[in-house]
Amino acid sequence: MDLMMYLKVFLMGGALCAIGQLLIDYTKLTPARILVSYVVTGVILGGLGIYGPLTEFAGAGATVPLTGFGWLLSKGVKEAVAEKGAMGILTGGLSATAGGIAAAIVFGFLTALLFKPRDKG
Amino acid sequence: MPYRIGKYTLKMEHSPSIESYASVGSKKESEGPLAAYFDLLEPDGYFGEKTWEKAESRIQREAINRALAKGNLDPSDIDYVFAGDLLNQCISSSFGLRELGIPLFGLYGACSTMAESLSLAGILVDSGAAVHCAAVTSSHFCTAERQFRFPLEYAGQRTPTSQWTVTGGGAVIVGHGQKAPYIHAITTGTVEDYGIKDANNMGAAMAPAAASTICRYFQDTGTTPEEYDLILTGDLGYVGTGLLYELTERQGYAIHKNHRDCGLLIFDREKQPDIYAGGSGCGCAASVLCGYILPQIQRGELQKVLFIATGALLSTTSCQQGETIPGIAHLVSLAHTPLEPGDDRQCQCSCHRVGGRKGG
Amino acid sequence: MTPKEYESLNKQVSPNTKSWRTVPLAWLFGGIICCIGQGLGDLYRYLGLEEETSCACISVSLIFLAALLTGLGKYDNLAKYGGAGCLVPITGFSNAVASPALEFKSEGFILGLGAKMFVIAGPVIVYGTLASVVYGFIIWIFHLY
Repeated sequence: MDLMMYLKVFLMGGALCAIGQLLIDYTKLTPARILVSYVVTGVILGGLGIYGPLTEFAGAGATVPLTGFGWLLSKGVKEAVAEKGAMGILTGGLSATAGGIAAAIVFGFLTALLFKPRDKG
Repeated sequence: MPYRIGKYTLKMEHSPSIESYASVGSKKESEGPLAAYFDLLEPDGYFGEKTWEKAESRIQREAINRALAKGNLDPSDIDYVFAGDLLNQCISSSFGLRELGIPLFGLYGACSTMAESLSLAGILVDSGAAVHCAAVTSSHFCTAERQFRFPLEYAGQRTPTSQWTVTGGGAVIVGHGQKAPYIHAITTGTVEDYGIKDANNMGAAMAPAAASTICRYFQDTGTTPEEYDLILTGDLGYVGTGLLYELTERQGYAIHKNHRDCGLLIFDREKQPDIYAGGSGCGCAASVLCGYILPQIQRGELQKVLFIATGALLSTTSCQQGETIPGIAHLVSLAHTPLEPGDDRQCQCSCHRVGGRKGG
Repeated sequence: MTPKEYESLNKQVSPNTKSWRTVPLAWLFGGIICCIGQGLGDLYRYLGLEEETSCACISVSLIFLAALLTGLGKYDNLAKYGGAGCLVPITGFSNAVASPALEFKSEGFILGLGAKMFVIAGPVIVYGTLASVVYGFIIWIFHLY
């Protein structure tokens, strides 16, 4: 276990979340809008070749936040276009992120099946 | 027969009596400072039902049944019931009161519904069209969250200006009895909109409506804030209360000395930090009025009380379409003693009577 | 009173967001969630998974954990303190899917659970996919791959 790596993960992941918190506190952006902008930012930074090096530098600190989801979309598209040409434009993004989306659907469904909504407080 | 004084206020001729009342709350309310004053405190937010909506209907049914029992009345003794809640198409009222067989007027005044229903019940009884009328409203934290905001388990953080919807309700039975409290007058509010868009700051959206209704009542009746033991607003919370003082002050009425807000009475902001700026919802004004205030008027500890319930008239559609949040506030003037005949004071505005003939 | 005057009055009266508290907490919670992800990744690599597979496994594991905590009613309690720290990581996405599914089950499996599952997280997938298609189109046109 490389402690230096964990420090980088903590700093990178934490910083991305802290930016999100500043957006919540000081702008009128709702959480849903912030998440959308994170993903789209991830796609753009991924496309510009900036986010890839970040994931190598900070590992899960860059892949776990939703910008990492956007980066994965752009990475998938790039590889698919290289491999399959024009069709890859459509298939690349969702193929690369299919695992995460399917997992969210399956576990979300199971959660709904097994639990009951509860009162707060 | 009620008669009009000023442009916005109706005075009752025979001071209808609030013969009976009951209040219902749930867990969060039981942890608050008013816990001792509820007729029913159900720790289970489901109230033994399967869905949150059914639970809220149950609140209305419990409130009215308890009020009927306390007044030794049967549902068949009630000529009309005025009821409302926060849910789409007011389902808590229609489902909650379905089995009672009382003619129903369903109302939507958002959180102002308790004063709205009480106003109408008072008018109908005073006009002689009804012997007994009931007014009942409710709200439920969970139904309001899932309709207006997010699913309960969603990881959203609440903002410091947001308010906590009270899980509870209240019911009032108005009749011709000789029992305090009495209804003296009502002032019906207009829709006021000062351009607030933040759905997490209802207090700010409703304060202008409360201020305008309160000031109009003073103008119409020629009275001053000092004449009342208590000026009780519905659910302005911390932010709305501050704004209300500022707005009424600008119109020449200092109300802060005898003002309280139900949203700040029902919870303790220090000990219950989750509630942020205070309580809200139809059930907030209703349960505080029915549990805490009406008994004090009945015992004479409070002689004259102005009850102003405030509502934020937003919907999820209007919010998503970027509309501002209009507010409304209705006032009911309550007292320990009935009005003396000829207790009309000359007021600055052109008073004229309605009902039958117009005069003066 | 104009809406502008009222808004400035509102700002005076409203309590401020305590950013000195919320931002460090968001950093802490977000950082810890990412470190858990990193730890799981190290574990999977130790167990012999390839780099790419272990990366996908991190996401799936975190999504599972967040969905479980959502069902147990704990995730929203964490978020009360963690704020964006619980929103921005992939666990927040999982919570955004699981919580409406759970909440709207009472409206039935098809139009409740099924239809409302993506009521919050849907836009993330919609605009993420659109952005990726635009990007794919650009690199395809200009041969940037």
